[in-house]
Amino acid sequence: MAEDVKPRVRVPKTAAAGETIVIKTLINHVMESGQRKDSSGNPIPRQIINRFTCEFNGQMVLDVTLEPAISTNPYFEFEAVVPESGEFKFTWYDDDGSVYETTEAITVG
Amino acid sequence: MNLTRRGTFALGAGFAALTLLPATGARAAVEDSIAAFTGGAEVADGAGITLTTPEIAENGNTVPVSVAAPGAVSIMILATGNPNPDVGIFTFGPLAASQAASTRIRLAGTQDVVAIAKMADGSFVRAVNTVKVTIGGCGG
Repeated sequence: MAEDVKPRVRVPKTAAAGETIVIKTLINHVMESGQRKDSSGNPIPRQIINRFTCEFNGQMVLDVTLEPAISTNPYFEFEAVVPESGEFKFTWYDDDGSVYETTEAITVG
Repeated sequence: MNLTRRGTFALGAGFAALTLLPATGARAAVEDSIAAFTGGAEVADGAGITLTTPEIAENGNTVPVSVAAPGAVSIMILATGNPNPDVGIFTFGPLAASQAASTRIRLAGTQDVVAIAKMADGSFVRAVNTVKVTIGGCGG
């Protein structure tokens, strides 16, 4: 597991039913592309996050397949509809099998 | 060394083959990625997809890109000049408010960035933007 992986997500706390909200996510991760070489000329093995998903109450909002061309600390900004109060679940899948998760609750008032 | 007319032509053809080979190799990788995504279907240019990229990126390590294609099921982004042209595939679920997303990508050098959207009716549309990169982002 890569060290110091900390997901950060920005979701509004409240919304109106059916409102469109903007979600921003960032996770710190080296996203080692596998193309670089270390000081002695040996290739550095690839280690990236290869998949990111965002779900709301079990329904898919966005599913991204990542390749090494995504920058260090992958950042995503997208929009979601909120039909009811509930929880956004964000999941990142690492090449080494680790899964990083975070959830964010939203209240429809 | 005696250069005959025939010899000169042969040399020229050899050089042309050498310089063209790497370019066709990279193009083949792009074509393969597109074919894998579209399943060989025809890709239309223009309408229905918007790709937003900076005209000049100072740092190729983190180039902000946004893509929007109303009515799309999924969108693939390709960097045609990278060692591995795939960048990512965005698949939108039922709760996505708009078929749009922004992220940051790596570009090895000045090149075309391609976005292809798969629409709900199974058709494909493409947008291409050229990005000038001052410092490449793939290490060495």
